[in-house]
Amino acid sequence: MARYAMVIDTKLCIGCADCVVACKTENKVPEGLNRDWVVEATQGTYPKLETEFRSERCNHCSNATCVTMCPTGASHHWNGTNIVLVDPNKCTGCKACISACPYDARLIMHPEGYIDKCTFCHHRVEKGMDPACVSACPTKCMHFGLLDDPNSEVSQLLRTRKHKVLAPETGNDPNVYYLI
Amino acid sequence: MLEEILITARSNPHIDPVLEVWNWQISVYLFLGGLTAGIMFFSALMQVLNKDEEAPFAANGLALLGPIALSLGMTTLFLDLSHKLFVWRFYTTFQPTSPMSYGAWILVLFYPVSVLQILSTLRKGYPVAVPYIGRVPLLPELLDWLEVRRRAIAWMALPIAVGLGIYTGILLSAFSARPFWNTGLLGPLFLVSGLSTGAALTALIARNHGERSLFTRIDIGLIVAEMLIVALLLVNLSTGARPQLEAAAKLLGGSYSAMFWGAFVAVGLLVPLLLESFELRGLMRRVAVIAPVLVLVGGYMLRVIAVDLGQETTWINYESEFNPQLLERLR
Repeated sequence: MARYAMVIDTKLCIGCADCVVACKTENKVPEGLNRDWVVEATQGTYPKLETEFRSERCNHCSNATCVTMCPTGASHHWNGTNIVLVDPNKCTGCKACISACPYDARLIMHPEGYIDKCTFCHHRVEKGMDPACVSACPTKCMHFGLLDDPNSEVSQLLRTRKHKVLAPETGNDPNVYYLI
Repeated sequence: MLEEILITARSNPHIDPVLEVWNWQISVYLFLGGLTAGIMFFSALMQVLNKDEEAPFAANGLALLGPIALSLGMTTLFLDLSHKLFVWRFYTTFQPTSPMSYGAWILVLFYPVSVLQILSTLRKGYPVAVPYIGRVPLLPELLDWLEVRRRAIAWMALPIAVGLGIYTGILLSAFSARPFWNTGLLGPLFLVSGLSTGAALTALIARNHGERSLFTRIDIGLIVAEMLIVALLLVNLSTGARPQLEAAAKLLGGSYSAMFWGAFVAVGLLVPLLLESFELRGLMRRVAVIAPVLVLVGGYMLRVIAVDLGQETTWINYESEFNPQLLERLR
């Protein structure tokens, strides 16, 4: 499985939400729906507080429970990669994948009713471009690339920087990494 | 302390602030699916054991209620789909890792076997239909042929009934993302609850006194079994990891306590258990209708609690709107 990963530097992220706007523009996400979002996590006790900004989205898990639970094969791994997509022509809107996602990263497309989510902008990735959120980031805190290539930017960052993923205990093998 | 808040809007309908993609449509389906499993199981069991004397209704009339209940359930299931025109996609594939896919195919297997079961007992179970049957060409011959094979049909029905009763529980238990569901006990719990509602419905409708007390006895056994599984479920949750402990807390003093202990454990299990025991001792026969009705109510409450509470339990906890109380925790 070719593994694409997103690596986000929480030390550089300022929580401006440009990634959210870029996604909405690029993918024409209807009003009121979000494929990505920004979390502000504050830890500690005043005055010793630490804040971390995290741009979050579908983790394009290698072991994606949304894919295993889908009864029709609508949720699938794209072209043998870890990129998880939904085929609207196979989706019944049963919402099993929404319940199956530990990250609550999926949404019901309005008004059509099929299930939608972050696609890692596979239509851009196909052309060798970065996802829209990554290319729009003003602090250049987001990186995208192949984990299998040891020389890719993401591989190098993960080799040299301390990092984490969200809720690894779910066993889903998420592929969005946060540099900490 | 740690507070995690969404600083950009994420208010995806039915997902934020708390997951509630499945509502009453699913609870009703899970209840009626379990009830149908109970109906098919006990009608087939009485046919296999040739209990026409002891249980005339269960052996001959009961099976007809199965497709009625299941069709109602499948209607609410269809109402839940948000991309309805593509419902046929369930049947252009089989997904071996998805319990819902197994369920979709079990539902398809149910109908032909149920129709055979009904036809093989139609004349005995519904004598009023006999004059009409004669008017349909070849139907009497078909019924003759099927009536001889009633036991063989019942043997086919038994595994389908068990499959239908247990798959809904296995389906929910397969969601590792929802800690409350993620226990193997849910399959047996739903199966036993479904059989219990089936037995209660039979006791409710049967006119024969001996049959009523037979199904009351069966139901007592099933209620006791169900209580044991519920107790095991509570032990399982309250000795689990953090997400399970949070689910347990919702039942033990939290927001679902009243519904769980009141509407399910007391009204749906304990009170009918007591009433049914009284009834077997010849007490309170006049209100014998209450216990099976409460069992049915309890069966539905179990599905409501499972569906609603299960969706609330999660690995990720962040506030999706500004909550000033969280700031206090950082002071």
